[in-house]
Amino acid sequence: MIRREEVLLDFTSRFHADILDLEDKSNTRVYVNITPESIVKIGTYLFRNVGARFNIATASDLPPNIEILYHFLIEDINLLISLRVFLDREKPEIESLAKDIEAFNWIEREMSELLGITFIGHPDPRRLLLADNWPEGICPLRQDYEEWDQTADRTRGV
Amino acid sequence: MSLKLKALLKSPWVFHLSTGSCNNCDIETLDCLTPRFDIERFGMLLVGSIKHADVLLVSGSCNRMSVERMKELFEQVPKPCLVVAIGTCAGSRGIFKDSYNCPVPLDKIIPVDVYIPGCPPKPEAIIAGAVKLIEKVGGTL
Amino acid sequence: MGKTIIPIGPYHPLQEEPEFFTLTVEGETVVDIDVRIGYNHRGIEKLSEMKTFENSTFVVERICGICSTSHPYAYTRAVEDIFPMEVSMRSKYVRTIIAEGERVHSHLLWLGLAGHFLGYNTVYMWAWKLREEILDVMEILSGNRNNYAMFKPGGVRRDIKTEDIPICLKKIDSIVPTLVMLKKAVLDDPVLHARLKGVGVLSYQDAIDFSALGPTSRASGVARDVRKDSPYGAYQELEWDMIVTKNGDVFDKAVIRILEMFESIKILKYCLNNLPDGEIDAKIKDIPPGEGIGHIEAPRGETFHYVKSDGTNRPMRHKVRAPTFMNFPTYKASVKGQTISDATIILAAIDPCYCCTERVAVKDVKGRMLFNGQDLIRLSREKTGKMKQRMGGR
Repeated sequence: MIRREEVLLDFTSRFHADILDLEDKSNTRVYVNITPESIVKIGTYLFRNVGARFNIATASDLPPNIEILYHFLIEDINLLISLRVFLDREKPEIESLAKDIEAFNWIEREMSELLGITFIGHPDPRRLLLADNWPEGICPLRQDYEEWDQTADRTRGV
Repeated sequence: MSLKLKALLKSPWVFHLSTGSCNNCDIETLDCLTPRFDIERFGMLLVGSIKHADVLLVSGSCNRMSVERMKELFEQVPKPCLVVAIGTCAGSRGIFKDSYNCPVPLDKIIPVDVYIPGCPPKPEAIIAGAVKLIEKVGGTL
Repeated sequence: MGKTIIPIGPYHPLQEEPEFFTLTVEGETVVDIDVRIGYNHRGIEKLSEMKTFENSTFVVERICGICSTSHPYAYTRAVEDIFPMEVSMRSKYVRTIIAEGERVHSHLLWLGLAGHFLGYNTVYMWAWKLREEILDVMEILSGNRNNYAMFKPGGVRRDIKTEDIPICLKKIDSIVPTLVMLKKAVLDDPVLHARLKGVGVLSYQDAIDFSALGPTSRASGVARDVRKDSPYGAYQELEWDMIVTKNGDVFDKAVIRILEMFESIKILKYCLNNLPDGEIDAKIKDIPPGEGIGHIEAPRGETFHYVKSDGTNRPMRHKVRAPTFMNFPTYKASVKGQTISDATIILAAIDPCYCCTERVAVKDVKGRMLFNGQDLIRLSREKTGKMKQRMGGR
């Protein structure tokens, strides 16, 4: 029965060159800052070798960066490891994990259209949620998003 | 109101349409067909094709993608057709008023005859709304 | 033989939500599928940033009608994870009662819809009639049939009155005999065995690669359930079973959902009978800056919420991920190689709640309509009818 400390020790020693910071928040939550270049290496290791389940990725617009958190759950020890990367807000690019692992496909498409992140090597970079008539380049989840639709009615209507 | 419509309302065929809803209103509408409420005894029937519809039941907060399809479908409906807006979202978008993907409420796109508010409206409320619709048109049950 | 494209939707009469599927078929066999979602996308993550923490609870409740409790549950746990803090035992029990009541009515809804797709209208009517009893229980406990508005960060908003418990238990007990009858009717029917076994198989490896969740993954032998893996609520207070099968076909998914209902009823009755005393609300005043993650097991799989706070009274970032977002792509793996008449039941077996996710036409290569949504349901029922005849008529 593998223990939490053993898993974390193995993980930190294996990737010590790529880990910038580690926050051991509680028994079930660990947040790790890593370099963007190492995401494929570390993500694939957690998914394939450790057998963690990929939960989802959450991206936020935090000027001057865009932050992406990849959440993995190691079910046997109930440990949620979140990998944090910071990208440059002017040109947010990172390598795609979807080309090897299906589970990343849809969320990378969603992050790319809602926040404008480019996932290099994504097999299917089409729109997922936004309508066809939504203009290109306008990312609704960015902090500087402004209403572009002149016909929108934001009154209560009564 | 036209004689044809009054005649149709003796046994209205309803077509249900969702324009981006959480589905609660849709389930409560389907609930009306189940044995406890059983709206079929009033002759109301849920049809699968819009070309057979007399009454359109619309729910949902009109998001951008659904609105295009809904406009196309509304063209195909044989007029006269009555539109019922079920739920608060169909009435005025409710809490989704400020959403970037829900620009205008339903009654700015197609004409609405009856509003049934609620989130979701109970099946009793939907039946009451249906009765009001029939009375509005001047028919009787 | 040339390839034909079959789009299903977006207004398929029995898929309540609009979506757009394109099936590519060779003859009768499906070789590829593409799906276009976005018909339910309402920008909830952005809306959350305009509302206070407590008001966001009501917005997320309306993401999906059928799993309407799972979202506020995961959201309040995410906010509580920012501190981090644990709520009182009584709150945990009340939350568990609401969550399990929802699981029962969601699975009954699924059973009814599946029966309707296959042409078993009696199952449809019985399942939805039983569902009304559970909705009555929920109305007694919370005041509403759906959208219970029971959750808030720090606990629950309303208490369960002791005098309501006996009548709730009586109603729950009254549906068990009919549930047992439905279970036998579905699981022992040889026509359903022939119709659903081996159909729409999702392999073990695919369930892992797609990170499938809920009954969709448990049917393929991947034993995941947030209630066991990352316990919360009152789930550790009693013994109950996680239902796992190994074939990954539509029949297994039906088995899992039916058996899970019995486990849920066990948990419901235990919680109602053993409700501990105590406060129901920790009365949180200010949310400190930080981030939190909450995840719980909805009827369809794991619901995941992430909340980031900057110390003000509004979330800075709120990410919502419903289970169908991970389960939906598995349709690609489970429908390839199957026939058109099985396409709708294989999709229904994932129990898609498209509205959670954000949010089908058959044409030939010259662009002429071959089948529409009604035709596909008719094909599904015809196949069941032919099987019944072949197996001696019932």
